[in-house]
Amino acid sequence: MLDRHEILEKRGLLLSVAILVVVAIGGIVEIAPLFYLESTIEKVKGVRPYSPLELAGRNIYLREGCYTCHSQMVRPLRDEVERYGHYSLAAESMYDHPFQWGSKRTGPDLARVGGKYSDAWHQQHLVDPRSVVPESVMPPYAMLNERALDYSQVEAWLKANRVVGVPYTDEMIENAKNDLEAQVDPFSEIYDDFIARYPKAQIREFDGDPRKITEMDAMIAYLQVLGTMVDFSTYEAEENYR
Amino acid sequence: MSGTQMQSQASTDLGGDRMFVWGMLIILAFWSLFTVARSADPLMGAHAALFLGASVIGIFAMIAHRTSGYVAESDSYEMGVVKAGVFASVFWGIAGFLVGVIIAGQLAFPNLLYFPELPWTSFGRLRPLHTSAVIFAFGGNVLIATSFYVVQRTSRARLWGGLTPWFVFWGYNLFIVIAATGYLMGITQSKEYAEPEWYADLWLTIVWVAYLFVFLGTLLKRKEPHIYVANWFYLAFIVTIAMLHIVNNLAVPVSLTSSKSYSLFAGVQDALTQWWYGHNAVGFFLTAGFLAIMYYFIPKKAERPVYSYRLSIVHFWSLIFIYIWAGPHHLHYTALPEWAQTLGMTFSIMLWMPSWGGMINGLMTLSGAWDKLRTDPVLRMMVVSVAFYGMSTFEGPLMSIRAVNSLSHYTDWTIGHVHSGALGWVGYISFGALYCLVPWLWKRKELYSRQLVEWHFWISTLGILLYITSMWVSGIMQGMMWRAYNEFGFLEYSFVETVEAMNPYYIIRMLGGVLFLIGAFIMAYNLWRTARGDVREKEYVRDANIAAIPAE
Amino acid sequence: MYETLSSFAQTWGLLLFILAFGLVLIYALSPRNQGKFDKAKQIPLNDEDDAHVG
Repeated sequence: MLDRHEILEKRGLLLSVAILVVVAIGGIVEIAPLFYLESTIEKVKGVRPYSPLELAGRNIYLREGCYTCHSQMVRPLRDEVERYGHYSLAAESMYDHPFQWGSKRTGPDLARVGGKYSDAWHQQHLVDPRSVVPESVMPPYAMLNERALDYSQVEAWLKANRVVGVPYTDEMIENAKNDLEAQVDPFSEIYDDFIARYPKAQIREFDGDPRKITEMDAMIAYLQVLGTMVDFSTYEAEENYR
Repeated sequence: MSGTQMQSQASTDLGGDRMFVWGMLIILAFWSLFTVARSADPLMGAHAALFLGASVIGIFAMIAHRTSGYVAESDSYEMGVVKAGVFASVFWGIAGFLVGVIIAGQLAFPNLLYFPELPWTSFGRLRPLHTSAVIFAFGGNVLIATSFYVVQRTSRARLWGGLTPWFVFWGYNLFIVIAATGYLMGITQSKEYAEPEWYADLWLTIVWVAYLFVFLGTLLKRKEPHIYVANWFYLAFIVTIAMLHIVNNLAVPVSLTSSKSYSLFAGVQDALTQWWYGHNAVGFFLTAGFLAIMYYFIPKKAERPVYSYRLSIVHFWSLIFIYIWAGPHHLHYTALPEWAQTLGMTFSIMLWMPSWGGMINGLMTLSGAWDKLRTDPVLRMMVVSVAFYGMSTFEGPLMSIRAVNSLSHYTDWTIGHVHSGALGWVGYISFGALYCLVPWLWKRKELYSRQLVEWHFWISTLGILLYITSMWVSGIMQGMMWRAYNEFGFLEYSFVETVEAMNPYYIIRMLGGVLFLIGAFIMAYNLWRTARGDVREKEYVRDANIAAIPAE
Repeated sequence: MYETLSSFAQTWGLLLFILAFGLVLIYALSPRNQGKFDKAKQIPLNDEDDAHVG
């Protein structure tokens, strides 16, 4: 009797192990190669880690759940390329922890929204979407204008990103706070150093209010950099054909 | 330590289960106290306070339990925790459906239902609240309650682990509260269906491993030689969700006292990991778990064994093997390498076969007893649920074909597809199980009212039909409008024109949701009266009279 | 690398999966197991005692 029971006990465990093996195969075969096949991410010039202010804006983008309605992934289909711009490359989201490709377009794709609208348009649109787009169903985000940006943790944000693989240098982490402040100050003393660390970063008073750095500054800085890092006038897709 | 040893020990001194629960409570109390004191992050402070409150309540409950001197009979079933799960299921179901109606309303009437001064009411924060409330809070509690019931009855053994099942129940619901309050405050990882932050994920991991131990422990001490097929599905659900949850939530916190973390993976790798997780949350949480319910509750309610046990074995292994590959179909035409997309599509199409094998097995269980569909609305609800399962598992493979997906992706068609599975399949099989469980658990001969079940069934069926048809129309229409060209070769519509065109369908969708919610309220009332022991006498007297008339 | 992996998947990998599926079929369909399954499918229906285990 005892022996028989033991076999049965083992069978329950065996079943669990068999299940684990069967369900592990798919993930191993599909996901693991993405980490070492070089063709997964094409080599592209221009993609750099987010500046501290852009990263702060991205944190707000995540916090507010923008991904529930906006994708950041232009598919290589004629209408999408005409509507949004060049299709998205894997390299463009290689520093996105986590990715923001999205799954639903209740609103339009934002992968290339950077530079399409003025800062003032974004600000007005975020405060009261229907004042600029009457048919919009987007929630209003007026509080971004009021709330001062909390960037006390900015070095820690950069450090955590470095742990997961974003190439932030010691210099970038040391200067994170100054860099964040420099991006909203066109007369900053560290203007040149900042641009050297984050090439082509846009420096201006994003929300038009020089008195304080608000969440609106960060949000607009993030939106304005989206899709602008790669210069597609010199990009050649054939080199990266996969 | 074997189960029986453990129980006899638990009744005399500090058994292993109590040591475990005490240990967890004390660790949780210390960690949350430390975090409340040290954290500069107000959001983390709020959550740590919540954890602290929960652990203090837990400690008091343990003391009260100890002083009451309550000792469970080790030869009885542990049904208290199942009853608690039934309560939680109904509560979270209504909460989740209600939030769904609210956010559907926001998209239909944005001028009325957005409040700029209340950031926590915006769509972006409420949408994860809705999805988590219906999938994890409602669905999860249904699965925990039914699995605890089914594994005991089909093993003829009391739940393993003494107080551990209660730890699983309360721990899981604490996780739900942490997740839900987090979304409202803006704490999120932003990975769909995996939004809770790192500390909530760690807590869920502990609870989930305890769940696995309770389930497996009960199976190991079973008195039945065979492990009934429903338990295979439950086990696959528990094991696979553990694997998916751990891998997809790998992240590095900004600091130990910060509520924010950054996902370990980025871009394309993160995308595939997320949809490997996301699609198998559908495959193993919303499918395998609820198939287990189908394999137990339909035979039990129809009083006939499952149609083919052989088919159920083939169904089980092929389903779990094939499902796990299907994730990349969420990433067609994206920057994911094409070979992965093709693999995902191929397995998604293959998935049609085991899915329909399961559907046939469920439906054919009624062969020879089809008349019960006319007389027993609970059984009818479960059978219609299996029909919805068949429909959405046909629609799914269709939508995974790249050409179809290029139209359907990013549109409401996906939302409609998900809801035909969620409202039709998961919702109805869960309601069926709850309608079965309440009379069984509270030892009532009948439900309070069978007619109210009829009302629930017809109102919510109308709701589902309104929901999915409106989403088909709006989804396909939006997909067509996005790619429409005018005679000069320019895009015909601006994006916002497509948004405007959705408005009537968003209103119809909301109406569908309202009907489904009304149905759930009717169910809650009916179940509450049943548990109290009330019976609507005149219904059953009339039924008896009808039954007395001999059939021609 | 990609070529090696995909050629393995398209030959031996495929064969292995078919073999595994064959094993499941054999287990499920073999007449030897018929009696066991007939007993197993009755498990939910055979338990009448609500109060006590066994």
